[in-house]
Amino acid sequence: MSSPSLVVELHDAVVLVGGFPLLAGVNLDIERATLSVITGANGAGKTSLLRLLGGLVPLSSGTGSASGVDLKSGDLRELRRRVGWLGHEGSFYDDLTVRENLSFAAKALGRPTDDITRVLERVGLSSRADTQAKRLSAGQRRRLGLAWLLLRRPEMWLLDEPYATLDDEGRTFFDQLIGDVVASGASVIVSAHDPLRSEALAPRTITLAGGLVADDQS
Amino acid sequence: MIKQLSQRLLGPVTLVLMALTLWLGLWVTPQDRVQGNLVRLLYVHPAVAWVALYVSFGTSVIASCLYLWKRTRSIAMDRIAYCAMEISAVFLALTLITGSIWGRPAWGVWWAWDARLTSTAILLVFALGYLALRRANDDPEVRARRSAVFAIIAAINVPIDHFSVDWWHTLHQGASVFTENGNFLVHGSMLATLFISLFGFTLLFFWLLRARYRLEVRRDERQSSSLEEALEQRRREGAVH
Amino acid sequence: MIRIALLVAGKDLRIERRSRVLLWQVLPFGVMALVLCGLALGPNHAGNSSAGPGLFYLVMLLVTLLMINRSQVIEGSPGTRASVATLGLDPAGVFLGKALALAVELWLMSIVLLGGAVLLLHTQFSGTLKALPSVLVIVTALAAAGTLYGALSGGGQGPATLLPVLSFPAFAPLLIAGERSYFDALHGGALWQWWLISLVALAAYLAIGILLYGVLEES
Repeated sequence: MSSPSLVVELHDAVVLVGGFPLLAGVNLDIERATLSVITGANGAGKTSLLRLLGGLVPLSSGTGSASGVDLKSGDLRELRRRVGWLGHEGSFYDDLTVRENLSFAAKALGRPTDDITRVLERVGLSSRADTQAKRLSAGQRRRLGLAWLLLRRPEMWLLDEPYATLDDEGRTFFDQLIGDVVASGASVIVSAHDPLRSEALAPRTITLAGGLVADDQS
Repeated sequence: MIKQLSQRLLGPVTLVLMALTLWLGLWVTPQDRVQGNLVRLLYVHPAVAWVALYVSFGTSVIASCLYLWKRTRSIAMDRIAYCAMEISAVFLALTLITGSIWGRPAWGVWWAWDARLTSTAILLVFALGYLALRRANDDPEVRARRSAVFAIIAAINVPIDHFSVDWWHTLHQGASVFTENGNFLVHGSMLATLFISLFGFTLLFFWLLRARYRLEVRRDERQSSSLEEALEQRRREGAVH
Repeated sequence: MIRIALLVAGKDLRIERRSRVLLWQVLPFGVMALVLCGLALGPNHAGNSSAGPGLFYLVMLLVTLLMINRSQVIEGSPGTRASVATLGLDPAGVFLGKALALAVELWLMSIVLLGGAVLLLHTQFSGTLKALPSVLVIVTALAAAGTLYGALSGGGQGPATLLPVLSFPAFAPLLIAGERSYFDALHGGALWQWWLISLVALAAYLAIGILLYGVLEES
């Protein structure tokens, strides 16, 4: 039975894809409404850990829960509804405009499409609402991904290398937004090559190596 | 105990029945009035077709359904479905080959666009598609799920194929063994040999399935021991870093 | 389920309208394939309308393969799939939506290619019009089957080469039903059997898709 104060509980978690252990026995607990940063070299298992927590890959062995859903026997579709994912690749339909992408998400979730205008203002994309996603810059695509998440309001945010290719202004904007999201009660887990620069956020930093937790600093 | 006994006897009984079929079919039963010695394929072709179309394909489909149903989902079901479909592919090919061997002197061609031949050929492509699908996915669960869904789709296609091809064209002979009233058309030693061959080939399927299943279990065991090595190696990567 | 189906269909059709892959790539391919059929038959037989129905459906099958691939490619990168997966859409609705979008695109293609068959292969215009309803039903069944097979073959090794191997045996009875019903429409004959095959196939694929598409999405 998972603890109510924990949003993530993993015990000897192994994730296998094609016979290769992406995660090789991770032990990790994460408190609700906190910010955690997963760091590590390429191939350490950062993305795999996030995908496990998002119900996007199955747990091969070990036990675990995320957002109250058992990763072994629970309904992964239900878990996916509770989390928000922002990948480092494109996360939306390139041929649709910013507004159309968000409208699709809003209608899928049964949310009012009026929220779209507010969300676009928050992320600074109001002027690009009718631009196709493929014509956005890398930083703007990240903001669109955040807009998607703000519309969804999930209880756990999984951000896979959101700072890659962002300039200083973009990074500052991200830090502010993440701070607001955590303050509103959501749990945010970010993967990054390096620890976060922002001291104000004071995240917990978990370092992965070889599919295992190698270091854990609060 | 009965299970162990039947497993032990399966191989020898199959061998005896196949040998009996061969002996009766080639030496004991008479020639046919019209077909001559060509009739001796009767003791192979229908039995092979029966195993291909119903026994092995049917086993694969049932095992696939059981895999998809949560209560009976197990790796054993996936293995049975896979092994049975592999055997089905072989027997489907044999059905077409023996059919062609019979068809050449009977119809004058190796291949005719007959309803049953065509449906069988389509089913063979289904079986090959299933095997191709299994090779295309490394992840065991993904592979098992997709194969199971494909097998069920294939099974539903069987009657659709059958009727469409049947209405399209048919050259194949109609009832060869029973009339509509259930009277036998084939008599005496020929009928006995036919039933022995049907029974023998059915047991042959189960014998092959068991052998193939054991091979699959050994392969999985080898992979899981290599998984332990893979986990160790992965963890060592972390220690180096 | 219906709400999600219409949402997904609308999304796919909007993307298609924006990208115009159907118009600029698939349509020219289809017309060219009809021309190649004529060339393959030779000048004396190219205008023989008894081959027209079969060749039309052969080209439709090839076009369907391209469109199935396109329907899967629309879902974009693994990142897009992951984001959409977190929306928790009803898989039955997703299946119906994608099948509906694919069906609409194939209806448009089939109407153009029927025109091509009349023009290039000299199939009778009035008979072709009579065959149109059966064409639309069979193409809808192809769309339903294709959506399933697209999901089955996607994500593995070589999805583009796997799709024909998986789907052609299932398309075979639809090809037969289509060719026969078109032929019967041209020359007069009993169409009911082919309507029955087409409708049964359509119902079967819709039922399987609604029941099992979720299993394919999970994998």
